[in-house]
Amino acid sequence: MNTEMMGIVVTFLLTVALALPLGKYIAKVFKGERTWTDFLNPLERFIFRFCGIDPQKEMNWKQHMLALLSINMVWFVYAFVVLLCQGSLFLNPDGNPGMTPDLAFNTDISFLVNCNLQHYSGETGVSYLSQMIVITFLQFVTAATGIAAVVVLFRAFAEKTTEKLGNFFVFFTKTITRILLPLCIVIASLLVFNGTPASFEGKDRIVTLQGDTVQVSRGPAAPMIAIKHLGTNGGGWFGANSTHPLENPNYLTNMIEVIAQVLIPIAMVFALGFFIKRKKLSYIIFGVMTIGMLSFMIPNLVSEHSGNPAIARMHLADATAMEGKEVRFGVTASAYWQVVTTIISTGSINSMHDSSMPMSGAMQLLGMMTNCFYGGVGVGILNYFVFLVIAVFISGLMVGRTPEFMGKKIEAREMKIASIIALLHPFIILAGTALSAYVVAHHPNAAWAVPPSSWLNNPGSHGFSEMLYEYTSAAANNGSGFEGLGDNNIFWNVTTGFVLILGRFLPIIGPVAIAGLLAAKKYTPESAGTLKTDTVTFGIMTYAVIMVIAALAFFPALTLGPIAEFFNLK
Amino acid sequence: MSKAIATTRLFEPHLVRAAFRQSFVKLNPRILFRNPVMFTVEAGTAVMLFVTLYTAFSGHTDQGSFGYNLAVFIILLFTLLFANFAEAIAEARGKAQADSLRKTREETPARWIDTFSGELKTIPSSQLNKGDVFLCETGDVIPMDGEIIEGIATIDESAITGESAPVIRESGGDKSSVTGGTKVLSDRIKVKVTTAPGESFLDKMIALVEGASRQKTPNEIALTILLAGFTLVFVLVCVTLKPFGDYANTPITIAAFVALFVCLIPTTIGGLLSAIGIAGMDRALRANVVTKSGKAVETAGDLDTLLLDKTGTITIGNRKATHFYPAMGIDKALFVEACVLASLADETPEGKSILELANLDTGSMATRETRFVAFSAETRCSGVDLASGRSIRKGAFDAIKTITERAGHAFPQETATEVKTIASNGGTPLVVCENGKILGVIELQDIIKPGIQERFQRLRKMGVKTVMVTGDNPLTARFIAEKAGVDDFIAEARPEDKMNYIRQEQQSGKLVAMMGDGTNDAPALAQADVGIAMNSGTQAAKEAGNMVDLDNDPTKLIEIVEIGKQLLMTRGTLTTFSIANDIAKYFAIVPALFITAIPALKSLNIMQLKSPQSAILSAVIFNALIIPALIPLALRGVAYKPIGASALLRRNLLIYGLGGVLLPFACIKLIDILLGLFL
Repeated sequence: MNTEMMGIVVTFLLTVALALPLGKYIAKVFKGERTWTDFLNPLERFIFRFCGIDPQKEMNWKQHMLALLSINMVWFVYAFVVLLCQGSLFLNPDGNPGMTPDLAFNTDISFLVNCNLQHYSGETGVSYLSQMIVITFLQFVTAATGIAAVVVLFRAFAEKTTEKLGNFFVFFTKTITRILLPLCIVIASLLVFNGTPASFEGKDRIVTLQGDTVQVSRGPAAPMIAIKHLGTNGGGWFGANSTHPLENPNYLTNMIEVIAQVLIPIAMVFALGFFIKRKKLSYIIFGVMTIGMLSFMIPNLVSEHSGNPAIARMHLADATAMEGKEVRFGVTASAYWQVVTTIISTGSINSMHDSSMPMSGAMQLLGMMTNCFYGGVGVGILNYFVFLVIAVFISGLMVGRTPEFMGKKIEAREMKIASIIALLHPFIILAGTALSAYVVAHHPNAAWAVPPSSWLNNPGSHGFSEMLYEYTSAAANNGSGFEGLGDNNIFWNVTTGFVLILGRFLPIIGPVAIAGLLAAKKYTPESAGTLKTDTVTFGIMTYAVIMVIAALAFFPALTLGPIAEFFNLK
Repeated sequence: MSKAIATTRLFEPHLVRAAFRQSFVKLNPRILFRNPVMFTVEAGTAVMLFVTLYTAFSGHTDQGSFGYNLAVFIILLFTLLFANFAEAIAEARGKAQADSLRKTREETPARWIDTFSGELKTIPSSQLNKGDVFLCETGDVIPMDGEIIEGIATIDESAITGESAPVIRESGGDKSSVTGGTKVLSDRIKVKVTTAPGESFLDKMIALVEGASRQKTPNEIALTILLAGFTLVFVLVCVTLKPFGDYANTPITIAAFVALFVCLIPTTIGGLLSAIGIAGMDRALRANVVTKSGKAVETAGDLDTLLLDKTGTITIGNRKATHFYPAMGIDKALFVEACVLASLADETPEGKSILELANLDTGSMATRETRFVAFSAETRCSGVDLASGRSIRKGAFDAIKTITERAGHAFPQETATEVKTIASNGGTPLVVCENGKILGVIELQDIIKPGIQERFQRLRKMGVKTVMVTGDNPLTARFIAEKAGVDDFIAEARPEDKMNYIRQEQQSGKLVAMMGDGTNDAPALAQADVGIAMNSGTQAAKEAGNMVDLDNDPTKLIEIVEIGKQLLMTRGTLTTFSIANDIAKYFAIVPALFITAIPALKSLNIMQLKSPQSAILSAVIFNALIIPALIPLALRGVAYKPIGASALLRRNLLIYGLGGVLLPFACIKLIDILLGLFL
């Protein structure tokens, strides 16, 4: 094994080694058991008193979702106003202007839904104030929203029959005080020591060796870069995201950032096992998710290492796909990041996905199309749960028993919700891509500010992949982009804005609703005829369901995009 | 059940003819609307009809040639007909089974008794109403379900149960119910009609099978929702393919769109879904179990606990005397004679078995002065008082002990030990005394049915807990329970004990089934999730349960559980199969769609199909043919093996999941080769 491969293997093993104790800790936090962070109790009590929250008041799933939606609504309005007015507010040393309404709408939604699709560039598009009180703020609270939602699901399966599923605001507050803030402080400090800026001063000016004068943007970036990964947000401080030398200075920070982004998603899987006292189930889920990751990672690595056949035909010494990659990370670490960032809905990048090989592009797309191998903080498990319900249903029938999960029967109502949620993801991706493909094909010269014909930097299959990627990224709340697309215009800002909203809230409400409905049902004890969900066989079944649904829904689209490009290159 | 299926062919010619006609009738969109998957196929077929007519009359070939479009249209039409045929043949089989039962009871003359005047009138059975009373004598066919209010008769129930041995039915008690269509062999009975015309169990069953009142079961609804979800995904895939094709400068014909759509949506399970449900009830009926709803069959598959009566289910009939143990110092012959005397007038099976065991000539034993003392609940013993002053009693240990002690005798220690030994060996000790002096003990033993252990073993592997219900004392009950291999028992059971046990199990979330025949079982039958009433049982029991077992065979429960499981498994495996098929179909159709515009995609044509048109036709033909190919499986059901849920899942995933992925690759390639010969 060469050093580069060793690097990613160590990175992954380190992630799992950290995620296990973290998962145990998270379970303890939400169970209300004693932890070393209990010194924060007075702070939380103060927050509850200040906000008028009664931490003892238990909510049912509907009240949970109502709380979630209303608090998101408030953030939406607040962020929109700040982004529009940032030009004339304080903490704007570079004098960046306020956003146009459609860009503000897109940015607001995009950060509100934990997606962080950026149609602006950090250096010129936002002020320090917006970076802090809109962007970074939303990166914290949306991550906490996702985690709080999945804790509702934990609660639903922790007890036999119940409607009381804890208090949303307690889950939410504790996520920030006990999990996100402490981790963020650690990661941000590590980044600062490696050269990431954390300063309120405006642009710096340097004279390069060539004698040119260059303006270098700065800002209080380190904490934001820490939470952008911890919360699987992904929106960069700088336009170039984690390819930027100040955002991701060296291989060590690269490792820290790639560990940070997948740490909580994996830890949440273990937390599930500790919380509901079914460790084996969580190991099986972790196994399925890891195999899912590997089934995208391995082809990605292979295709990146094989490089472009066109270049290979020139008989160059190194034919690996170095285009669009940072020399300080290399192909392997970049490929690892590409897959991790797409499966867990972070969307931060350390290489340009647009430049990766067609098959790698297909793997990144599939990572977002499945969107549940680890997945975003909290929401990853929620997405996985929907597929799990479908897998339980089909395999329950296959063993001749009314399907049940954790002793709760899965019936028409749960199937209705699961089907709608499973259907929604392909729907918004395919419908969005179809709309843009239609406009490009039939109205290339529409009299818009940016005519559709000039959206795409690349014609043909690759251009198609760019559009497909944009909607997939929006629907999966991922936020990365095939950057060849000219996406800062009304069409893209508005359509992806709607895709973002649909791709966020329904996939949270759906699974929580299923969990809530199941929690209220009668508990059936296990017998020899009960299908066990913590077995390898059932893990394989779940994996098959996830992959087959993705393959069936997206095969034609992938054929016209990356697959056609792949065969054309050959 | 297996016997019945083996003797009935899956495709009786006359049933096939009827089903064939029905397949066309069912093309009516209003009927097909109930099945969303097949309804969308019908919509696609209609579109293809228009396209075919368009190519025929306009002469344009932008949508492909007339022959090609016609071929796609015809194949789609056949897909629909095949699916309809599957449902129709399942219905026809069920109906045929029900009809043969119904025939026996149509227009039987009934001798109606006017309850006011006592007048007798002969009227057709169809005119009998609930509450009417009719008379039946030797040789009469009983015109209607009812309850005997007067008399006793032997009845031939073979028309219903297939069992030739006659049964005895009498007024009062638990054996008072008679079924229409059965024949009185001897004696004369007055029967009160208990069901309104058209509402008997058979009528209900026939209606269920005919589909008129067939309600979708909860699992069926949930599955339909999932299938509708899949269908919608594929609607989406096909609709968005149009702009995608425009972008890639690939014109896609309507035929290709419709073909892709029909191939992708789960037509296999969609087409067979209702057939599977009907066949499940039909299988129950073939097992001679009449179900009141399809849901009951499904619930049976989920059962956690079975309550079984000991007598008749676990043991053969009744206890039998197996040994005489005289007390210390009592002559054995004398003891046996005393036992026989005490049992002379005892009509219970136990009493008769004592006579059998003793094998003495009893002709001269009873004299005029002999006074028989019948068993009563207070004394809990029976016996005889002879003219000579001998007073012999036999009964339960404590009852006789009381008598002995009252008479001033001590209860011999060795007899007490004997009693204990017998009881702990699962036997029932009957103590015999003469004038208060202990003579000895008779041992009665239960005979456990051969093969019953294996059946309970099988149930345990299915995850079903068996509970034996018996009137025996706990000691005896434990012994038999262990010997027979049941998981739990209720000893000295009273009706309310059963009820409480069921409630308790249900409270912990379990599904409970019980079998019963008596009126005092009715509340428990109603409380159980699956209550199976014996056909010989009282009307109240039959009303309370949700199934009626025509054979009166308590082990039938095991078959019912398997039928329920088979029903769900067949649905699950065919769904998996149907979805797994899509992978191969994609590899056939998608390259065919784009190969002209993007030639590089020919590498995706891994099956090396001949041309885009033959690829599409092969996929659609496979999609149509797989439906009739799977009809036998849908009707028979996927075999259930009690090997544990995980092993079963692994097995079915391999056969229907992996098989479902691989099979169509081979079949589509084969069809393509065959088509290549003609195209």
